Amino acid sequence: MKTIDENSCACNDGACAPGAMNIGENSENRITTARYILAGIPILAVWWLLYELLEPVARWLAAHFAQYLTVFHLSPGVIEHLRSTVEFFFFEGPKVLMLLLLVVFGVGVVRSWFSPEKTRKILAGKRESAGNVLAALLGVVTPFCSCSACPLFIGFVSASVPLGVTFSFLISSPMVNEVALVLLYGLFGWKIAAIYMSTGLVIAIIAGWTIGRLKMEHYLEDWVLELQVGESAAWEEEKKSFADRIRYGLEAVREIVGRVWIYVLLGIAVGAGIHGWVPTGTMASIMGKSTWWSVPVAVLIGIPFYSNAAGIIPIVSALMEKGAALGTTLAFMMSVIAISLPEMVILRKVLKPRLLMIFAGVVAVGIIIVGYLFNVLI
Amino acid sequence: MEIKVLGPGCKKCHETEKVVKEVVRETGADASVEYITDIAKIAGYGIFSTPGVVIDGKVKSTGKVPSKAEVKSWLGK
Repeated sequence: MKTIDENSCACNDGACAPGAMNIGENSENRITTARYILAGIPILAVWWLLYELLEPVARWLAAHFAQYLTVFHLSPGVIEHLRSTVEFFFFEGPKVLMLLLLVVFGVGVVRSWFSPEKTRKILAGKRESAGNVLAALLGVVTPFCSCSACPLFIGFVSASVPLGVTFSFLISSPMVNEVALVLLYGLFGWKIAAIYMSTGLVIAIIAGWTIGRLKMEHYLEDWVLELQVGESAAWEEEKKSFADRIRYGLEAVREIVGRVWIYVLLGIAVGAGIHGWVPTGTMASIMGKSTWWSVPVAVLIGIPFYSNAAGIIPIVSALMEKGAALGTTLAFMMSVIAISLPEMVILRKVLKPRLLMIFAGVVAVGIIIVGYLFNVLI
Repeated sequence: MEIKVLGPGCKKCHETEKVVKEVVRETGADASVEYITDIAKIAGYGIFSTPGVVIDGKVKSTGKVPSKAEVKSWLGK
């Protein structure tokens, strides 16, 4: 019933297509859907086959490379270093890229059900605590780029989403994202990916809740508080067909994988270098468990450091292999990904310096606690 | 017709401006295109995922670069 109502509503401005045309569109959509499904099955099969082949092919490639190197009269030690570097790069590189293609597509399709507008509607008027949890979870699935952090912030606050709940969303959205999770899964395994995801959510929930408790509302820039949000806020969302959602997923792949692939490969290249050349145990004295100051230092270095998950995770994965402790590594990764100078500069437009500092401080403290916790537990 | 493209200056926002301007030029529609970066104004339209497109005060799209066909349909072409 609902769709019919909406259709007749849209016809009110006279620019709407007659019903007959809608039916035509529907059958066309159904054909496209069938086409996508028919194409999808063989593509998935090929994907899986290639994925299974990656490891033997990389090993074969590296072995041949090592054999070729013997011509140059290098010492066996050097050849082994080079061989393991090459094997690491040609296995991890394609593996992570293939995982990215699949997961970004899947997440893209899921995201087509969400929009910042809908998320705002869900969160508006929610009480804190439950609101913080919901906001952190929605932060994971709502499509949102950091360049619209400002308008989004204003939109949330003006729709009476509590400040702390808004922050939970803003913290979890960049930190727990599909690119980070794929890289963690690919390079560290599913356990660390799961740990990262759950601790990221917990930090977003607790940091947001804490900011809410501090009653910082008057540290928003004055014009934000005075702002009257226009009528058009009641913007109706378009209906999406299944084919539209597939297209949405493909678009996400084009945009996200198109943007990050080069960082992934660069990061893995550096990681491969570390993997092949840095002796095991080197990092233990700097980023090891017994070095008590390593967690806060890692977080402090990570805050101004601006890199996306794609570039940083392959490097830290190699460092961990060389003796860096899990907690310290996690803390460094989180602070690089969650707090960045560009985002702070954008948010400065709507937040007074004091609130901005508290935001960065609360998140940093949360990350440090997580770092220590994992160094002690594991 | 008054078309406003809203965005703080990200890549997608500039793409949107380009698409809208191209369609206006191609169809010869009688429309002015304005690019707005002022966040207070953007928020005033109730838009919070940029880029947004507003035509004669009505929000037509948010959070994505519209296709040429979409822009054409908004212009009634």
